[in-house]
Amino acid sequence: MAKKISILIVDDERSVRDSLYNWFIEDGYRVECAENAKEALHMVESDSFDIILADIKMPGMDGLEMLRRIKSHRKESIVIVMTAFATVDTAVQALKDGAYDYVTKPFDPDDLSHLIRNASKQISLSEENEALKERVVSLENIEDLIGKSAAMQSVLKEVESVAQSNSSVIITGESGTGKELIARAIHSNSPRRFFPLVSVHCGALTESLLESELFGHEKGAFTGAMYNRKGRFEMADGGTIFLDEIATISSKMQVELLRVLESKSFIRVGGNKEITSDFRVICATNRDLKNMVTNGTFREDLYYRLNVVNIQIPPLRDRVEDIPLLVDYFIRKYCTSMNKLPVTIEPSALKRLQEFDFPGNIRELENMVERAIVVGNGKKITLKDLPLQKSMIVSTLESLDDVEKSHILQTLINHEWNISQTARALKVDRVTLYNKIRKYNLKPLE
Amino acid sequence: MNEQGISIISFGYFEHDFLGKIADSVSLEFMMPVHIREGHLDLSEYYDAARRQYNGNLLLREVDAQYSAGSIKTFGLFYVDLFIPILTYIFGQAFLGGHTAIASIYRLSNERYGLKEADDSLLERLTKEVVHELGHTFGLIHCHVPACVMASSTYVEDIDQKSAKLCVKCRLQLSKNM
Ligand SMILES: [Zn+2]
Ligand SMILES: [Zn+2]
Repeated sequence: MAKKISILIVDDERSVRDSLYNWFIEDGYRVECAENAKEALHMVESDSFDIILADIKMPGMDGLEMLRRIKSHRKESIVIVMTAFATVDTAVQALKDGAYDYVTKPFDPDDLSHLIRNASKQISLSEENEALKERVVSLENIEDLIGKSAAMQSVLKEVESVAQSNSSVIITGESGTGKELIARAIHSNSPRRFFPLVSVHCGALTESLLESELFGHEKGAFTGAMYNRKGRFEMADGGTIFLDEIATISSKMQVELLRVLESKSFIRVGGNKEITSDFRVICATNRDLKNMVTNGTFREDLYYRLNVVNIQIPPLRDRVEDIPLLVDYFIRKYCTSMNKLPVTIEPSALKRLQEFDFPGNIRELENMVERAIVVGNGKKITLKDLPLQKSMIVSTLESLDDVEKSHILQTLINHEWNISQTARALKVDRVTLYNKIRKYNLKPLE
Repeated sequence: MNEQGISIISFGYFEHDFLGKIADSVSLEFMMPVHIREGHLDLSEYYDAARRQYNGNLLLREVDAQYSAGSIKTFGLFYVDLFIPILTYIFGQAFLGGHTAIASIYRLSNERYGLKEADDSLLERLTKEVVHELGHTFGLIHCHVPACVMASSTYVEDIDQKSAKLCVKCRLQLSKNM
């Protein structure tokens, strides 16, 4: 979004003005307030607001009269009318008079943010149409998506062209190649970008949990369900749902998923009301789905529904020319986040990285660089900072913390991140180990 | 009184270890010491009988008035269900670019939604909420990077979608604002 969207809040109650003001300022909007309709009309004359949020009942001129005057002055203004006491009559009248929507106070935070995102989308779409329908897609906003290699450039081309459509996409690639980043790139360059990108890691959930995650549940659906809960499909309304590790879902879930994709509607667990949601599906997998269809473990009809567009991400070893760029990027990223001056990398170390086959792909490279910055001398990453060979010799560490961090990390790696074994080896209890892992933000490479 | 750093004031009993972990994360994220103290307020004064919730605006102002002296930022941690007049509930709130923020654990627990409590999820959510609101006090606004802790969360599941860390852009902005 190039230009900040502006919002005018009109309400005679100060606490309402203040609360909405704070809410929208934190969301990055330009916000002004008016105490009454007269003041608001003055402001509208000298300044154009994209969205006007007005209370109906105000002393002096009421919100409906103000709405009519604003619409006659600037037809494209989006006016949202608020009321504490909803009546059908005033709602109908407000909509007839050109209100964009009619809402009852107090709002659900989720509804308020949806309402404003809907309005913002309308504004940006009409502005885009006016601007010669020229669509410049920029991938700049996507962090970490880097590569000059032919293989990566063709992936980015595919991302650009598929972003504008509504098609289902399957992203395939080995683990660690950045499938979620590609999903994010598609979403944030699509017209759905004002709405959420909701991710579900299917492999991490059991069948019954996945069902409740995806579809939500109603109060009383099972013991202890005291509140209604939205599912991921519902949360993705207007936006995109990203189903990672799609190959792991059970055959029962495959049937349910197919039904939801066909009808765009579903019922919450324990509910009876049909809920519709407008979402786009992007899936990812590191398995060969086609092969799974052939041997009967993945439904063919679901496969064809999901696989409208297939984007294949090459493994890092097939694009070694991107490694220097990526290393440079990760160095800047981690030095910034650790508040250190940017380090450099020794040419011989860089060369060895380009020869390494990276089974864990970009994620492995990223972890290696991050680790090298932590354990290194703070100026130059050298071969001995990189865990490319079997035994790591740790030296020239600066502080006790560095030594501790590096020792814990190495022990964790030696025990394949088994916490109990590592704790035993280090002669500490598991809680202490967890605290250290948290303190030093240690993560497994894979 | 602590002349430096961030003060986390707990209203109601929180386990020492639990607060310690939050303090560690906050300290790492903002690169400054974090001190934990206990606070005492008569919460009945902030109770809205009609809504059966506690007024977040008034509590934020009160924490700011009574507890903010002596530290760079002050954070009030509560157990009760918070609202502001225009919204049905809030997880927490802050003075943007100001001194003080608050949050409550009330709506962050899975039990409230009828789900099993995952071991670390409550701690993780509260940590994210604390870092997020403190981010606001340092002048950060909502971020469009989904994994960034400054991404806006209106649902408890939204909180699970993001990390407890600032993205690179927000971190740069933070260092400019500091
Ligand atoms: Zn916020
Ligand atoms: Zn951010």
